[in-house]
Parts: sequence; C-alpha cells; structure tokens
Amino acid sequence: MKHIDEYRDPALVKGLLQGIEKRAAQAQAPVTIMEVCGSHTNAIGKYGIRGMLPESIRLVSGPGCPVCVTSVHDIDCALHLAGRSGVVFATFGDMLRVPGTGGRSLQQLRAEGADIRIVASPTDCLQIAAEAPDREIVFMGIGFETTSPAIAAVIKTAEKRGVANFSVLSAHKVIPPAIDVLISDPALALDGFLCPGHVSIVIGADAYRPIVDAGRSAVITGFEPVDILEGVYMILGQIIENKPDVAIQYTRGVKREGSPPARQLLNEVFNSADARWRGLGIIPGSGLCIREEYQSLDALHKFDIPEIQSEEPKGCRCGDILRGIIRPPECPLFRTACNPASPVGPCMVSSEGTCAAYYKYH
Amino acid sequence: MSTDTILLEHGDGGLLSNKLIAETFLPLLKNDLLERMEDCAVMEIGGQRLSFSTDSYVVQPCFFPGGDIGSLAVHGTVNDLSMGGATPLYLSAGFILEEGFPLDDLKKIVASMAEAAQKAGVRVVTGDTKVVARGAADGIFINTAGIGHITYPGDISVSSIRPGDAIILNGHIGDHGAAIMSKRENLGLETDILSDSAPLSGLVADILQASPAIHCMRDATRGGLGAILAEIAQQSGAGITIAENSIPVKDSVRGVCEILGLDPLFLANEGKMVAFCPGNDAQAVLQAMQNHEYGRDAAIIGTVGESDRGRLILDTAIGGQREIDLPAGELVPRIC
Repeated sequence: MKHIDEYRDPALVKGLLQGIEKRAAQAQAPVTIMEVCGSHTNAIGKYGIRGMLPESIRLVSGPGCPVCVTSVHDIDCALHLAGRSGVVFATFGDMLRVPGTGGRSLQQLRAEGADIRIVASPTDCLQIAAEAPDREIVFMGIGFETTSPAIAAVIKTAEKRGVANFSVLSAHKVIPPAIDVLISDPALALDGFLCPGHVSIVIGADAYRPIVDAGRSAVITGFEPVDILEGVYMILGQIIENKPDVAIQYTRGVKREGSPPARQLLNEVFNSADARWRGLGIIPGSGLCIREEYQSLDALHKFDIPEIQSEEPKGCRCGDILRGIIRPPECPLFRTACNPASPVGPCMVSSEGTCAAYYKYH
Repeated sequence: MSTDTILLEHGDGGLLSNKLIAETFLPLLKNDLLERMEDCAVMEIGGQRLSFSTDSYVVQPCFFPGGDIGSLAVHGTVNDLSMGGATPLYLSAGFILEEGFPLDDLKKIVASMAEAAQKAGVRVVTGDTKVVARGAADGIFINTAGIGHITYPGDISVSSIRPGDAIILNGHIGDHGAAIMSKRENLGLETDILSDSAPLSGLVADILQASPAIHCMRDATRGGLGAILAEIAQQSGAGITIAENSIPVKDSVRGVCEILGLDPLFLANEGKMVAFCPGNDAQAVLQAMQNHEYGRDAAIIGTVGESDRGRLILDTAIGGQREIDLPAGELVPRIC
C-alpha cells in the first residue's frame, strides 16, 4: 500500500538494524530509551521490534496513552454522569472498560441499561444532540494535544450554534509537564526519548527543550517500523557524539514550530489546570479545563457532581509501569488477576496501553 | 472487573467467549462429543458417520456489501459442517423476527437463503418462526443447524495435527469484517470491499480429493485467522508459525484497518478456511484450492514445528517475531 509499505520495507529495516548495531557498539554502555507514546509501544510490539534490537538497547514505555493516565477519579465522575437519568454518555471506545473505584466500568453500566455510546469523532455528539433534544449529551474528552484541538473545535461550534443539550467532561492532558516529571525522577535512568510524532504536529519541537537541558536526547518519531528504528538510530548518534538535541525524524508530519493555529484553538477554549495522572499523581499545569466563556458546555459546571471518594485498585502497579520503572511482567497482577478480559489497571485496557501491548505481543 | 452480567464481549469469540463456554455451558451440558469443542459434532449412527452443527446469525446491517443475513446463515452452517470433512445435506432454519420488520426484506432474505442452499447442495428441510414485540429483537435473527455425511476415512480434528504439517489458507483475509465495519453508519468510509461470504463445501471436497491425509480444517470466521489459529495451537498443543508476508490481504482491507486501528488477522471472514496437511501434500492441496473459484488466491502461510508447543508465532513483515494470543476485549459490531 502506497505511503505505508515504504515505512515497513524489510530491506530498509535491515539496513537500519545494521546501523543501530554499529552505533550501539560505539556507544559502549547500555542505552535506555523511553517511547513516550502508546502508539509507539503498540507498533514496537506488533512488529516485534524489541527482539530485533541489540541487547544493549532497552526500550521502556512511557505515559503516553491517554486512556491509561486517566485518573480513577475522572472515571468515577464519568460513571456518575453516565448513570444519571436523561443522559446520553458518549466516549471513545477504549474508555468503556477502564475500571473506576471498586472495578466498576462504563461497560458494566451500559449492560445495566445506561445509554452509553461509542463515537469515532466528537462531532458525532452534535448529531446525537440534534436527534435527541430532550436528552443531555455528555462527551468524555480525553487525549493529548493530538485530540484536544478537535474537541475544542466542537465546543466552539456548539457554542456558536447555541446547542443547549451538549457538554464535555474534560479529562484532557498535555505532554510536556509529564516529561518534566520523568526527567526529574531519580529512579528513572533514561538516555533518550522517542517523542510522540502526532502530538508534536501540534506542539512542535521546542516543547521538548527541557529534555536536552537535562542532557538527554530527544527524537520526534513517526509510528511505522522504519520510523521507530530511525528514531533509535538518531538517538544513538546524539549519544555517541554527546550532542543532545531535539531532532525530528517524523519530518513528513512535524514542523519545528508545530501548529500555531491548533494551539491558538486550544488556548481559546481551554485553560491550563493541574491534573491528576494515574501513576504520576497531580502534575501542575498538565490538564486542560474549559474556559469560563464556554462554561455552559462544561459538564463539571453544568451538573452537580457530588464529592466522590476514589480509590486506586489494590496491588496495581500501573503507576510504576507508566513511569517506566518496571515492565508489565514484574507486576504481580500481570496475566493473572489482570488480563485484557478483566483488566485491573488502565494499562491493560487500551490497545495503546503498555500492559495490553505486552500481553498481546510477548 | 467482576462480570456478573453478560457483556457484549462474551460474544466476540475471544477470551470471554471461551470463559463462558468453559465455565457455564460445558460443565452443565458435559458430554464426550461436546467436549471435543470442534465446529461440529461427529457421531456414528448405524455404521454411518454424521456431522451436526448449529449457528445463529445476528449481523447488523442484515444486508451488507457482498451478501445478507440469509446467505450468511446458509454459508456459515454449511462451512462448519464442511470443516469436519462432511458433505452438508440438510439444514434447519429458525427465524426470530421483530414486529415491524418489512415483509419485502424478509422475502429477499429467504430468496437469498434458497439460492445459497442450492449452490451449496443442501436443502432446508425444517424450520420455525417466532415474532417478538418491537424492541425485543433487532429486525431479524436467524438460527440454522445442519447435518452432513462423512465418508472421508481420516480423522479430521485438531488432535490429528502433527509437527511438519503445512498450513494452507484459501485466499484474502478480512473482507467480511472490513465490509461490515466500513458500513457502520458513523464512520462515513467509502470502500468497494465486498464480504467474502461463500459456501466452502465444494472447495473442501476438492481438498479432500487432493490429499488422503488432511489433518484439520477450520473456517476463519469470528475472531479472524489470528483467533482460530491461536485457538488451534492451544487446543492441539501444536507450535504454529505463520509468516505475515505470506498472508494475502487486499489493499482496500489494509486501508480500512489502518484507519480504524484494526489488524486484518483478527477481522472476521465468511468464506475463508485453513487446512492442515503433511508438508508433502502441501503443493497438491494448494493446487486444488487454487483451481477452485473460492481458492484462487490460496497460499501456504505457515507450518507446525517441534518447538513453541501450544503457541502461535508470527514472523512479522519486517523480520521480527511475536506471539499471537486470542483477542480479548476488542470492540466489534455484530458481524455474523
């Protein structure tokens, strides 16, 4: 298939692997690289890339799966809203099985009769709102800077059209503050980052400066096997030359300055806020809440949500997995109590989740 | 997550489906025929070996590119019987209709069943109709059961699989799943992908003629090629290795998969099967498949080895390796 097969070409892969082997030998010490994004984790598993790399190169998975980092409390809020009478709760499919407090999920709520619908795009919600004027449509907005501009656009459209029965539960997050937390974590010894290609289309390369300031390498990388291997190759190059930098491997998608119009849209609709990440705790300035001007479309403002005492599942080590401190097989629940059919933690739920990728591909 | 209610995933052919069978159906309905867990039960009556199978059809939409629920209900059961090496003979058809379902649509569906039955060489010899109140079903559900006659001398079963077996697939995978997925109303995808829904009884007859030592056959329906091979590996304890590069997938299907984040390996088929036979017979079986209209693009996709017992290993397109497990918790629409 054109524009895809080129990036999965076995000959190119072979050449890159030879280059990586050479550079890995030159680097002399073992190299640990974090792939920040869940799509990278998934592709690495799907193509068996981990097993193709020299032993001295270790890939660890980071916190870049939006489903996985959604806090138990955000899920509990979603469960509360979805369970209210008169509400149609719309969400991306992956959220359905994420367990909240006590293991309850949207999927269970749906089996009990709640009207919970999977949408492929947030714009579908406006259609649902028009078709069901006597119902309240609540959309659960999750995702990083890749997804949030589209949701911002829907919020703006709804405001312009005066849609009265639609609101968004914003659990959006932004990537750079999470990377800052990772860099400053002494438990985490990382040499470089494969930075997320799609998020970077919006935020650009400068957002990763703190990585370089901390003396680590950063390469904004695409999601095909050739992209990922080239990303690793480029990181090794920076390490050998001792010249950390934010480089762009994914040049067919990312411009150094990112997308100012998309960022402008985000600023118009959202304010920066502190947000709780599963496993990473509260990270200042890492969330997006809906601005006052769009308050009528903010589910947190529209509905009276009672105080919810949220509890993380016992024994679940998703937090350490999201920080790359342990690998899934090191969690005592992995494959036993926690599996894709009955996930305990969110990393087992999403196809981008580290545990789900390990379960599926190892 | 506790699952004290039935979830949609209990019906997806993956981990939860298997759990439901193992923990609910099998212990209560236990008998030696059921415990073989094959697509159809094989029983001996009066010195004759008979094959018996049933399947229910709830596909949404009931008319889809390349077929409809009527032809599907015939093909599905005919294929299940064929996989046991039987010549399908008789079918039953049970209809559950929702109040308000258009009679014209029903006529089209039944005409399509008749045509499919004729093509597959089977007769619908008994039936039943139930009508339920609006909302108690979704338009039309069909159950078919079938009986076939086995004359092939060998034991066609997962337990016959041996190291050294070749695995042969009769063509492109994922067409049915992709055709249904791309018709989901909210995606707005425009493709020309047709379902591969087809009766495989004729193809199977040719395969059995080509090799006196067919060890196992399975149609790759719900859960796709990946799920059925993973299941066969588990059930038989065989170590199966397949090569991603050798598995035919149409570009249009790959395109839908790229957009929706799906893997063609786990997309449903309604006219695809794999045959396990000794490596020496592989070329003859491949040739027989390729000579048949439902096997033109057949390919040898893998082998059974001595190592990795009970596991399914994929040699990836770029030269890596990974294990394939039963799908779990994939959200799929009603595809069959």
